[in-house]
Amino acid sequence: MTAAFFYKWRNVIHKISNLWMGISIFFIILLPLSIGLGLVLKSLPIMEDYSFSSLILSSEWSPSEGKFGFLIFIISSLCLTILSFIIAAPICVFSSIYLTQFAPNWLLKVMHLVIDVLAGIPSVVYGVWGIIVIVPFISNVVSPFINYSASGYCLLAGSIVLAIMSIPYILNMLIEVFRSMPIELKEASLSLGATEWETIKKVLLRQGSSGIIAALGLGISKALGETIAVLMVVGNMVKMPHHLLDPAYPIPALIVNNYGDMMSIPMYDTALMFSGLILFIIILLFNILSNLIIYRGKKKYE
Amino acid sequence: MNRKKIEASFFRYLFAVVTYGIIFIFVYILYVIFKRGFHSISWSMISEEPKGGFYMGNGGGVLNAIVGSFYIATGATILAVIIGLPVVLLLNVHLVKYKKLVGSIRFLLDILWGIPSIIYGAFAFVVMTWLHLQASLLAGIITVGFLIFPIFARAFDEVVRTTAFGLLEASHSLGSNHTEISYLIYFKRNLPGFITAFLLAFGRAIGDAASVIFTAGYTDHVPMHLSDPAATLPLSIFFQLSSPIASVKERAFASTLLLTIIILVISIISRIIYSKIKRYAL
Repeated sequence: MTAAFFYKWRNVIHKISNLWMGISIFFIILLPLSIGLGLVLKSLPIMEDYSFSSLILSSEWSPSEGKFGFLIFIISSLCLTILSFIIAAPICVFSSIYLTQFAPNWLLKVMHLVIDVLAGIPSVVYGVWGIIVIVPFISNVVSPFINYSASGYCLLAGSIVLAIMSIPYILNMLIEVFRSMPIELKEASLSLGATEWETIKKVLLRQGSSGIIAALGLGISKALGETIAVLMVVGNMVKMPHHLLDPAYPIPALIVNNYGDMMSIPMYDTALMFSGLILFIIILLFNILSNLIIYRGKKKYE
Repeated sequence: MNRKKIEASFFRYLFAVVTYGIIFIFVYILYVIFKRGFHSISWSMISEEPKGGFYMGNGGGVLNAIVGSFYIATGATILAVIIGLPVVLLLNVHLVKYKKLVGSIRFLLDILWGIPSIIYGAFAFVVMTWLHLQASLLAGIITVGFLIFPIFARAFDEVVRTTAFGLLEASHSLGSNHTEISYLIYFKRNLPGFITAFLLAFGRAIGDAASVIFTAGYTDHVPMHLSDPAATLPLSIFFQLSSPIASVKERAFASTLLLTIIILVISIISRIIYSKIKRYAL
């Protein structure tokens, strides 16, 4: 009976389904546009009252006096991202080469499990781990060692946690890059008398360079937007960081920490949404560039 | 010659050490979370709402956050499926001929996937201030739903695109229309992939904190209505940790263990279902 029912109404069902698909696809196209537009509209008032350069290049931050300079937050975000990149990038490149070129098959399987679970662990758990492990380590071991007094809640702690969080993302993409490379490349190089190591160094790394750059770029854009874990270990002080062990204050932490009282001070909410807009634009740029490189690379092999 | 060999084996060992190092860090993170959380986890943690002065060290549990997280994650995942499933099927059945269009929609999905949750949260906050809405369970569900639908769509799309093209041709030749091919054949055939993607999105929804902080608010009670504010487990951990009292911090570690166990269980269930169901899928 049901089959007959569905058959009788199949054209109607088809039309409804098509309509819904159309709505969903429209929605996908609309969502990024409306996010951008919403943030721009919300931050227009502050861009009218202050010049763009004074907002970005000033480090004076005192919302109650109407001073909004985002330099400290921008620098903090950039420093954190660059440092975590310096830690994570070599680890991921090395490990992905080992996994695809040398390692036995079972290790690759184990690693896929590890990557899946690591990527699934919520960022707040990484933050807690950072507070339990990294922060005391820095204040008890690193800080006396280099003779620089620090609480442990600092730039370095933030970037270590951030690096560990971005490893599963980057590593996953890099393994894909090395695996999608045609095997003939390696065979040709080996048949010309190159050793395995020379092949990796001069053929695979060079051939995969665009894929590697794209994977690292996506890792950077993930790191820039990471909020809770970093916020928990980075110290959050409105002061320009001059040392690895100084506290920092990245943009996402700024937004989260002040959402409570941003309605009570004039322009405060606008200022915070402006910082969100800056973050959005930077991340979007990294994202689009990296994805463009990846899509180009895919075409090449097809 | 010898120098070359030394260089090669040096790097090979370095790479191996780095790889095993990642596995070690993974085990170490889980070990630390389990060891620190194990002391203070108790039945009342799971079964009770916070009592008065919970954040000062008094009794109670985090039931409000557990239930809130499950409500938000369930609602958000359903929303993500309602939007994401048609898009994935559309890409792989209806539009399969138009390679360029499909490519650009996939590109858009990748971009959406890369937008961090704090931006979704900020955007939702902007919309809510315009509409004069208060933080509520419903707002949290919608925001998190938007956040995880690219995750769901990408994960499911990865599986669906491997479906053999012949299946599409065969179904067409038997007279099926696009809707029937989509839901009766492509969806059914890729059911294991659908469940994996569903659980992946669900796990991400439970763990996300930055987007719900603006939209779902926080409360000490289990939400009864869609317009009530709702607590979530990550935020509960965050607030407990910012307390200076040691016993509250210990409870934060216990809540962290709870959250980690939930995530691990979801991951294990997803693996089991995938391997069990794979054989029976069409």
